[in-house]
Amino acid sequence: MSGLALRGISKAYGDNHILRDVTIEAKPGEFVALVGPSGCGKTTLLRIAAGLDHPDRGGVWLGERDMTAMRPSERDIAMVFQSYALYPHLTAGQNIAVPLAMRDLTVWQRLPWIGSLLPGQRVIRADIQRRVFETARSLKIDQLLDRKPAQMSGGQRQRVALGRALVRSPAAFLMDEPLSNLDANLRVHTRSEIVELHRRAGVTTLYVTHDQAEALSMADRVAVMMGGRLLQFDTPEAIYGNPAHVEVARFIGSPQINLLAGEVDAAHGIRIGGRLFVEGVGATPGTRVTIGFRPEAIKLGGPGQAGLGASVQRIEFLGSETLVFLEFARGEASLVAKLAPAEATFFRPGQAVTIAVASGEVLVFGADGSRLSVSPAMRMAANG
Amino acid sequence: MTTQAWTLARALRLAFLSAGALIFLAPYVWMLSTAMKPREEIFSSSLTLIPERWAAVENFSKAFTRVPMLQLLMNGVIVCAVILVVQVLVALPCAYALAKLRFPGARLMIAGIMLGLLVPIHATALPIYVALSGAGVLNTYFALAAPFMISVFAIFLFLQFFRAMPDDLINAARLDGMSELAIVLRVIVPNAWPAITAFSIFSVVAHWNDLFWPQIVVTETAMAPPPLGLIFFRAAEAGDDYGALMAATVVVTVPLLAAFLLAQRRFIEGITLTGLKG
Repeated sequence: MSGLALRGISKAYGDNHILRDVTIEAKPGEFVALVGPSGCGKTTLLRIAAGLDHPDRGGVWLGERDMTAMRPSERDIAMVFQSYALYPHLTAGQNIAVPLAMRDLTVWQRLPWIGSLLPGQRVIRADIQRRVFETARSLKIDQLLDRKPAQMSGGQRQRVALGRALVRSPAAFLMDEPLSNLDANLRVHTRSEIVELHRRAGVTTLYVTHDQAEALSMADRVAVMMGGRLLQFDTPEAIYGNPAHVEVARFIGSPQINLLAGEVDAAHGIRIGGRLFVEGVGATPGTRVTIGFRPEAIKLGGPGQAGLGASVQRIEFLGSETLVFLEFARGEASLVAKLAPAEATFFRPGQAVTIAVASGEVLVFGADGSRLSVSPAMRMAANG
Repeated sequence: MTTQAWTLARALRLAFLSAGALIFLAPYVWMLSTAMKPREEIFSSSLTLIPERWAAVENFSKAFTRVPMLQLLMNGVIVCAVILVVQVLVALPCAYALAKLRFPGARLMIAGIMLGLLVPIHATALPIYVALSGAGVLNTYFALAAPFMISVFAIFLFLQFFRAMPDDLINAARLDGMSELAIVLRVIVPNAWPAITAFSIFSVVAHWNDLFWPQIVVTETAMAPPPLGLIFFRAAEAGDDYGALMAATVVVTVPLLAAFLLAQRRFIEGITLTGLKG
């Protein structure tokens, strides 16, 4: 088993910089998700890993092997495409058999008619058949092997595409948004299946997605990309709870993180709505900053309690949780709080409330978006 | 459709279309009718479709005995087959490269192909004739086929067709271990049958019926493709024996009709079987 490393990758088409010095190293057997909005360069990065595209600078390594100059077929990497890219003229079984036939049979043995006369091919073909069937059975598509892609549903095609990638036990897997063409129910189901497949096969996997929930729930580590740059590469917990950049905080999490603009005052504190919100910010006074806190960090109280005054705009009941949309500082900013449904029953639209944010839940970002340190002495002044 | 009432509009439409079909079919009907008639009926002043005395056997046997009809048909088959096979063999990889590979000069080449579409064979006939004559290969199958072996039309048609094929399909093939040649043979060709069949119809019809080029490079009956053979027949043998001439014309037309009907069926199959989406 070997790790997959993309080191210092840069790629530009003319003046359009797709990737700027991106380094991602997946450890052996690790499941790494590349996540970011469309156009952030994640698919290009995956294509570079596959050898379908060439970087202007940087290299691709599989374990100790430098693959940068290798052709896709020499890399021992399998890829699942967003469109599945099944061969339309072949049945599911033939589709899955293609990579094995290309690898295990010689050019002459693959020839129609003549090939079947050559010695040795019968044994190899039988072996290919056996492995195709085994793979199909593990994906529960063994009853579909005689169907052509046009006769299969999206979910079935997706499994065949997975089977074609799995069957030859490659050194690494690349997946390009494999779930985006499935309906919502099937997507959640297939998500856990892919994780299970990965756990069993233990093959290093690079998984591209634009869906932050997919990335968080599936991956061992998540790489968040934005505008061709790698903003953060860390565990899902760290990406969510400890984002390194305001764009990471904004992109990860649903509903979105609450962000408010502020300015560092002479005492290294930040005031919001006239109240001291954060203390001990590691920045020079006068710095424009953005503070952020997750919707579930907000504690809502009645009008009399200490905290920032706000009014309830709208309440969305989602079953396991309730979102309360708040208008703050007379329409200057809007916030969203995530509450347990039982807690939310106290609030009505139009009602005046107070907002308190738990200590340690506030993130401060500088003008360039990078995270600013807040000293341990930080205290939630808003809590009174 | 099935339960549509027999309305006046529908009747009118049908009558209009039937009239149109009749106009287009008339020459063929007349050809068949003449091929069945004895000589004296062809030149009689009354216009009848059904001959009073059937002379089909007489006319067709003349068509087969007075000229080497089988030889003519064979010439036509060989020349059309050589042209078609080489055209497809050249055009498939060309179109694949232009549609799916990135290399310097690709746009220029496509522009060149578009220009090539505008140049008729009549413009290049003389220099090609001089070259073939200089090489001493007039009156050969090669001379008949050579100018058409590289078809810009085929490249253009396949290029358009291949462009619609998803890039990911080709990328998947590359990752599965296929060389570019293997991609053309194992992925492109099996999915390009509708385009190949459509082009084959164009190519075979054009070259089976071609009279212009054979007339330039062929002077011997033994090398003549069917239409040129008919000309020789008319000039040398038939004189005013239009019955036999029409019988020969029928013989020349039938293989093309048969081939077209077969190909058409395959063509439709090809379209319905190829689910190129996702």
